[in-house]
Parts: sequence; structure tokens; C-alpha cells
Amino acid sequence: MERILSLQDIRFSYTPDDPDSRFAVDGVSFDMQAGEWIAVVGHNGSGKSTLARLIIGLLFPQEGTVGLFGDPLTEDNLWEKRSQMGMVFQNPDNQFVGATVQDDVAFALENNGIPFGEMTLRVQNALEQVKMDTFLDHEPHHLSGGQKQRVAIAGALALRPRLLILDEATSMLDPQGREEVIRVILELREKTGLSVISITHDLEEALLADRVVIMNGGRKFAEGTPQDVFLKGEALTALGLDLPFAMRLSALLKEQGIPTEPGTMTERKLVEQLWTLHSNR
Amino acid sequence: MMEKMVFGRYIPGDSFVHRLDPRSKLIFVFIFIAAVFLANSTLSYALLLAFTLLSILASKVRIGFLIGGLKPVMFLIAFTFLLHIFFTKEGDLLFELGFLKIYEEGLRQGIYISVRFLVLVLMTSLLTLTTSPISITDGLEVLLNPLKKVKFPVHELALMMSISLRFIPTLMDETDKILKAQLARGSDISSGTMKERVQAVVPLLVPLFVSAFKRAEDLAIAMEVRGYRGGEGRTRYRQLKWDWRDTTALLILLAVIIALWFLRG
Repeated sequence: MERILSLQDIRFSYTPDDPDSRFAVDGVSFDMQAGEWIAVVGHNGSGKSTLARLIIGLLFPQEGTVGLFGDPLTEDNLWEKRSQMGMVFQNPDNQFVGATVQDDVAFALENNGIPFGEMTLRVQNALEQVKMDTFLDHEPHHLSGGQKQRVAIAGALALRPRLLILDEATSMLDPQGREEVIRVILELREKTGLSVISITHDLEEALLADRVVIMNGGRKFAEGTPQDVFLKGEALTALGLDLPFAMRLSALLKEQGIPTEPGTMTERKLVEQLWTLHSNR
Repeated sequence: MMEKMVFGRYIPGDSFVHRLDPRSKLIFVFIFIAAVFLANSTLSYALLLAFTLLSILASKVRIGFLIGGLKPVMFLIAFTFLLHIFFTKEGDLLFELGFLKIYEEGLRQGIYISVRFLVLVLMTSLLTLTTSPISITDGLEVLLNPLKKVKFPVHELALMMSISLRFIPTLMDETDKILKAQLARGSDISSGTMKERVQAVVPLLVPLFVSAFKRAEDLAIAMEVRGYRGGEGRTRYRQLKWDWRDTTALLILLAVIIALWFLRG
């Protein structure tokens, strides 16, 4: 397994000259292997978005190093490293640069000087991967939020990135749009083994990840598989995070004297436990 | 009202004119505008008018639609026509009613100027009607490319134009939303004195500006992440293709100009 990202003791403050200011990201370290999906979860102001910006080199840490694909990220190799990463932001409207879907997907390719012949192939290919290939000439204001986010993902994919960062990419979407985007990511991972970092405050989304990093007040609060991390239950709600629906329900059921296994995270598992409940007695 | 406005609108279609390269259309219109001023005789003006009508036919844009949409301009044309008729006092007296005197030269000048005006408006409208704004931007970028030698920021200008065009509908939606939000709070921009109405626009503009700046910032970050570093080393996804149609169109224009030269009085 290749290590594609390693954060070592990152500290970053937006106002480094002010001695009283607190660090937005304070001593965070973690590694990521190729093909992994890591969800970074936290309440507003927990430093999770700042972390994403440090990884893609929009910000540089005051202390610590960001290692990408084996080398530390510096001002000199910034553009080269960035061309191997894609990032999708929160607001679907504010990241749509092109006049039409295909122009927008081509934007990053144009910036990186990809020749025209190859560009058309890659645009077509990227749009097929997110199932937007029939929308080539559509203008952004005729698309739904979920469709715009899928185009944004295609725009990142066209560069064939090794790492895709989703910075709350689903938080402004309606449930349907959210599902569209998540399904696309799941399929991409299955087919191409793309590495994904998703910054989110939706714990249902975090459940899909291989590993969860929980941020609080700029520090790493917990790290592990979703199953391990969500067992902390109460401690997470204290941070202002909403536990997955199935977990909350199973806790409430237990209060009512209905035995459920601790650590039931998905609705399917809960349903399974409930319908076998009677026969187990 | 906005529905009927023709000026600056694009109507997708598939015609000879639609398929022309934006560069040839831009060159065509610019040369045509200059050529209009060559005309000075009845025959030359007739030729201009006939040529314009033929171009409209070739574009398959409905003439009724075009004329209907140009009503505000028609008013201006009628106005200049009347000005010329009443204030040119040369040639034979044609008609007299009290203090109103219409001279032959006045009538002629009135018609000439109106035709000139009409032809200019029709041709430029035809350009915007048959070319999407983004193609016009592309065409301009390529045509202005030589200006890069004198450090004129051609690429930046074209990118600015295309981003503004892309954000027009987004900002329109936003204006609509803010308008409704302010209406719900009791603001009223459709009644009251002029001063009151202007004042009522302020609470509309302030949030619009704030959000536009926010959008600009987000967009700049998104562009940077996607590797935007200015025009250098960039390739183009939109390719312009010059084919036989473009050469034909410009040759026809050349023939018209030569004919105009001979028809001059």
C-alpha cells in the first residue's frame, strides 16, 4: 500500500501574529493509504475545512508538514501536486466556471495545457463516470444542485486525480441530490479505487468511509473505523454532532427495555435485529 | 417586456448564418458597418437594404419577430426621419401646410438616414441573435490576440466576459429571491414617488453586492484549486473552425462593397 497523504503535527492559525489567537488546526497528524476513504467530521469551526485547504495548498501550516504522494508540499511543487488532486466545494453555483457543462469539465484540463484531442476524450469520459454525459451543452442554471455537484466531480476527475477532496460537497443539496452525489462517489471507488477525503458534518455520510477522523476545536478528537468511533456515542453528541438515525433509535429502544446490540449503525442492521427479536426469545 | 427584447438575445438555430465562425461574423459586421457609410445614392441604399434582408432570410430568423423586437429602436428611427424632413430646407418644395414645409432634399435625407440606421441595427442584432454570447467572446479573444504584443490583457478580458455571462442568470435568480424576501418584510418598490422607489432599491442592492463578492471569492478559490494560473500555457477546449461558409460570406460582402462603390452617386 502506498501512502499518499501524511500530515505531521500540523498547526495553523489565520492570525499568526496575534499571540492570543487560537490555532484553527492544532497539532493534527494522520496518514492515508491509496484507495482509502477518510471522512473528516466535526462541528462548525472545528477546523475541518481549514484542514482541507492545508492539504490542497490553499493555506500553508505554520508548523508541521503536509506530505503528498511521498514528498512534502512546498510552494515550488504546489502546482504539480495540485494537478494530482481534485476538490469539490460546498456551493454548487460558486465553483462552476464554464458557460456549459463541457466547458466547465474542461477548465482544469485547459489550465494544465492538455492538448485538444485528449481533452475531448477526457471530458466525455469524466462525464460518463458521473452519468452527466447527456448534458454536454447544458448551462449551469438549468441544472439541479446535485447535477452541478456531479459536474464539479467530473471536472476534478478529468485530471485523473489520485486524491479527491469533498469539502462539504453535499451539505447544500436536497436529500435527492445528496444521494445522487454519494452514489456517484461509491461507484467511482468501486471502479477506480479512487482515494477520497470527505469533509462533512453528516454522520450518515461518514458511515460509508473506511476511517473517520473527528475534529473538535482544531484538534483531532478521535480516529478509527466508523464502528469504533461512533461507539463513543454520548461524547460525540456533546461535541454537537448528530449520531446516525439508527444509532439514536437503538439507544432509545434500549431505554424502553428492548435489547439491541450496542453499535448498531445502519438501518438495515437495526431492522434485522428487530425482526429476529421475537424468534430469539 | 424582457421577453420581446431582441437586442443582445441569442436564438439557437441551424442556418447558414448560425454555422458561421464567430470570427467571420464579427469581421463581417465590422466591415459592413464601415461600408454602410459608403452609400450615398438611392440605388446604393436600396442595395444595402436588399442585402440586409437577404442576410436575415439566410439566418432563418423570422422578420416579424425581429421588427417586433426592435420597436424601441423603430421609434428612434422615426424620430430622426421626422427631424430630417422638417429641418432640411433644400431642393424643391414638395408640400406646404401652414408653417410646415417639406422639401425634396429633406425627404430624401430622411429616408437615407432611416435606412442607414435600420440596416445597422438589423445587422448587429442579427449577429447577437445567431451567435451565442460565449462564441462572440471566443471570437473576440482570437481576433484581439495580436494586441497581446502591446500587453493588452486579452485572455483575462475574455475570461472576465465569459464568467460575467455565466453568472447573469445566477444573479438574476438571486435578485428575484432578495426581492421577494424584502417584499415579505414590507418593502415596496413598485409604488410611491420616484425618490421613494429609488430608496427602496438600496436594500435590494446591498445584499446582492455582498453575495456577489462572496461568490467571486469562492470562484477564485475553486479556479485556483483547478490549476488556473493565467493565460500562459493554457490550451483551448473551444476550437473555432473557419470553413468554406466563412470565406463565402466575406467574398459576398466584398462583392457588395464593390457594387456599392459603383452605385455611388
